[in-house]
Amino acid sequence: MQFDSISDFFNMGGYAFYVWLAYGVTFFCLSTLIITSARQKRKVLIEIAKKMDREERLKETRSTKS
Amino acid sequence: MWKWLHPYADPERAYKLSGTLFPWFATLACLFITIGTVWGLLFAPTDYQQGDSYRIIFIHVPAASMSMAAYMGMATAAFIGLVWQIKLADWAAASIAPIGAVITFIALFTGAAWGKPMWGTWWVWDARLTSELVLLFLYLGVISLYASFEDKVLAARAAGILAIVGVINIPIIKYSVEWWSSLHQPSTIKITSKSTMSSEMLYPLLINILGFGLMIGAITIVRFRAEILARNGMRPWVRELAKAEEVK
Repeated sequence: MQFDSISDFFNMGGYAFYVWLAYGVTFFCLSTLIITSARQKRKVLIEIAKKMDREERLKETRSTKS
Repeated sequence: MWKWLHPYADPERAYKLSGTLFPWFATLACLFITIGTVWGLLFAPTDYQQGDSYRIIFIHVPAASMSMAAYMGMATAAFIGLVWQIKLADWAAASIAPIGAVITFIALFTGAAWGKPMWGTWWVWDARLTSELVLLFLYLGVISLYASFEDKVLAARAAGILAIVGVINIPIIKYSVEWWSSLHQPSTIKITSKSTMSSEMLYPLLINILGFGLMIGAITIVRFRAEILARNGMRPWVRELAKAEEVK
């Protein structure tokens, strides 16, 4: 362990602002990327399901008309 | 070999295979990044010149080197897609682009946050920094080209050509610190000779580089699978999945 105490660790030898800014922004960017990527699949599938419903309704109206 | 490889060019098999690979990539990525970051932040020795500010290296170097590696991966996939007309390769290239853009942004941002205390400036227009910024614009160009055509075969061709032409930027980034005088230091990790870095700092760095690579792999798989589904909306197996999702 390079640091004597927790406050010493957070202080980063006086470079706290720069070190935690870099780590914080990295963490924020990566988590945003991971969350949006993980939600993509569900979004795509719901879209396809909606399209299927529309096709189904179109078929029904066609068959009742004729 | 082609006989063996060919079935994997089928979207459904690629979807399933990437699904089985995903937990390995994700678990190993989490493991490596946790070990590398904790080791780098807590246990690696303080630098005698830069103090603790150098600890930014444990995300800056992995992000920067992987931003170039991801670009090569994307360009290779785009090349395969263009030459052999394998749509899966096009989709893989399209899935890597946004990830590469985020990683490149991280490399630039952490570099700026490291440059301010060490060089006294957030940004200089020198060769290394400018060429890395060009890399970000190349990624953004590929993303927007792919997004701007309704016909995704055409979109992949346009984005693919840009990706392949942009490869010229990779050696420029790599050798910029040797070709031009720069504020940026030359690389300390050397493959052919001994690295100019204490192994106590080098090991966590290498672990994080590997971890970033695996993480990019894992996120690529997630996006790739969503892209397969989006491009195969007419296929029965995708429609079944969509039905199951709607019920949920």
